Amino acid sequence: MNLLIRGGRVIDPAQGRDEIADVAIVHGHIAARAAPNSPEFDATGLVVAPGFIDMHVHLREPGFEHAETIETGARAAAAGGFTTICCMPNTKPVNDSATVTSYIVERARKHAVVNVFPIGAITKGSEGVELSTIASMKEAGIVAISDDGRPVMNARVMRRAMETARALDLTVINHCEDLHLSAGGDMHEGIESVRLGLRGIPSASEDVMVARDILLAELTGARYHVAHISARHSVAMVAFAKSKGLRVTAETTPHHFALTDKELGRYDSNYKMKPPLRCGIDVEAVIEGIKSGAIDAIATDHAPHAGSEKMQEFESCPFGILGLETALGLSFDCLVHAGHISINRLIELFTSGPAGVLRLNRGTLREGAPGDVTILDPELSWTYDVNQSASKSRNSPFHGRAFRGASVATIVGGKVVPIRPEAAKY
Amino acid sequence: MTAGLLGIEGLGRPEIEAILERSRYFQSPGRYDTLRHRLIVNLFFEASTRTRTSFEIAAKRLGADTVSITASSSSVSKGESLVDTLNTLVAMKPQAIVMRHSASGAPHFLARHLSTPIVNAGDGTHEHPTQALLDALTIFDRRGSLENLRVAIIGDIAHSRVARSNVHLLSRFGASIVLCGPPALLPRELEQLAPGVELTNDMNEAIRDADVVMMLRVQLERQHEVPMAAGEYFRFYGLRLEHMALAKPDAIVMHPGPINRGRELSSEVADSQRSVILNQVENGIAVRMAVLEKVVA
Repeated sequence: MNLLIRGGRVIDPAQGRDEIADVAIVHGHIAARAAPNSPEFDATGLVVAPGFIDMHVHLREPGFEHAETIETGARAAAAGGFTTICCMPNTKPVNDSATVTSYIVERARKHAVVNVFPIGAITKGSEGVELSTIASMKEAGIVAISDDGRPVMNARVMRRAMETARALDLTVINHCEDLHLSAGGDMHEGIESVRLGLRGIPSASEDVMVARDILLAELTGARYHVAHISARHSVAMVAFAKSKGLRVTAETTPHHFALTDKELGRYDSNYKMKPPLRCGIDVEAVIEGIKSGAIDAIATDHAPHAGSEKMQEFESCPFGILGLETALGLSFDCLVHAGHISINRLIELFTSGPAGVLRLNRGTLREGAPGDVTILDPELSWTYDVNQSASKSRNSPFHGRAFRGASVATIVGGKVVPIRPEAAKY
Repeated sequence: MTAGLLGIEGLGRPEIEAILERSRYFQSPGRYDTLRHRLIVNLFFEASTRTRTSFEIAAKRLGADTVSITASSSSVSKGESLVDTLNTLVAMKPQAIVMRHSASGAPHFLARHLSTPIVNAGDGTHEHPTQALLDALTIFDRRGSLENLRVAIIGDIAHSRVARSNVHLLSRFGASIVLCGPPALLPRELEQLAPGVELTNDMNEAIRDADVVMMLRVQLERQHEVPMAAGEYFRFYGLRLEHMALAKPDAIVMHPGPINRGRELSSEVADSQRSVILNQVENGIAVRMAVLEKVVA
């Protein structure tokens, strides 16, 4: 596909570029000049950024298609401004073999409006015992390994996973949660959990595993990434690991910098997720980590659940919320408009940040890169209506919230993805 | 959200005083018939003898019709969700639903989806508002005021909805509250729950100069690990007569029941003159009459 995006403010953090310019896409890739008779997109007054990457989503297919499919999840991604998403392996069956990986790749090729890259399981069935067939999955198309949804509790297994991943040039992503410390917990452990009579998940359950993994990353030399970092000591330890030159990175989610555990007073399961919403000092530390560079990427941990699963007593509900359609709005409001970071840094966190973590050849508007572009309007006011969501599920705590700042077009391989006119944000 | 009674935390002192005032009126036994032709459903998803019976008697003394349902006999065992069970009951047009559930926040969750007022008869490890009200009435009967009283609450605080409701109520009335238990059952954050709360792991320190010693049952069914062997527990956190020498001379012993003799208090204490455990039970009916009348009328 060919396209000429005219007159926008082009921000490409990977090149340190920020200027009013045109961006040309020829045969699906960024080009120095447009092909004759290219269709044009007028981006005057808008920001033209590399296509946004969400390196942590749950698409629920195969196995839980009642909650989401690759097709619907990809549509939600496009509606939220993402051109690339990486899907976690906790499907049914778990993506722990080349067969499942190939199935996902094939389904995505046929049905997804954005790029979908699978992440393979570290261990068979994500049970934490025996390594999965990682090399075969890499051939089939995985871009990283993780047992997300579960941690790798056994340090020896984690060590072997890191050694394997290092040899294959893959990043190891861990969901850091010591299950003995978090057992039975439903929310962050602190005054709010004590007040509400809900069982707590202490920050230490995240911290002790981040600490262990950083030591193992040093031992093995692996590229290691902390998923959805939420606790202040974990952020500090990642910063420390970086200062020692270790290949350690971290992502956080919009809800972990936008919300605290004070939201749980009404026992609304749309505030139930793992890691749990932490307290104010943790949120401040996460925002500091975003500013300082300790945190490399923002990822949504988009976790659809059917209404019947979330419409229960708090302790019976599953963990996780939708994220793809509200990530930009929350990031603009809580980070850019709140004065913490520039729009350039915001774009970095969604483009070259995650691309660097996974070593993807994307997240930039350099000549020859894939023609993935996200067009932003930082001032657009809109209100989120979850009932218009492209996702199959409705479990968002942000229904009815007003935002300033959004994506206005998602371009994948030079093609503007059509977004339903009644789509969530307009 | 409709006006039921979900917890003490959301109540102001005047509202609590009004309920206690009306409870005193109901302390003299008799039939009042202020809720004639009203239907009250008691829905208990957890075992209960005294609370359920007490609510039933309270409703009957007010002339209301009552239906009592326990989880094992309802369609919950057929896989129906909690919301659907409640919607079914609401369709039968009761004026109030009295509910006990093992999940903290279950009545709060339901109250957001139902129009019928809910009276919380205990939700998980969160609140048990009518217990705190009857405890307050019992203390008032003996003392006339809660101001500056020293109340020791001892035992499995972590899992106690009785402790949480009592802390909120006693704090509103200016009492000083000492919470005491073994470390695993006494989260440090409890100190921030309300003004006037202090914590100790030492039972003697908790009882010293106390006006009220409130013992709690060890809630084995809610504990997911055994924090202490039973013998060790009774030795360090079981109330015996000799402890009472440390308390004020006229101090009273309370317990929300059911009591486990030899586990958290000795038989001698349970049956002593200091014990007001059965007065608590009696006051439970009066308090629940006042609450039902307020919610339904």
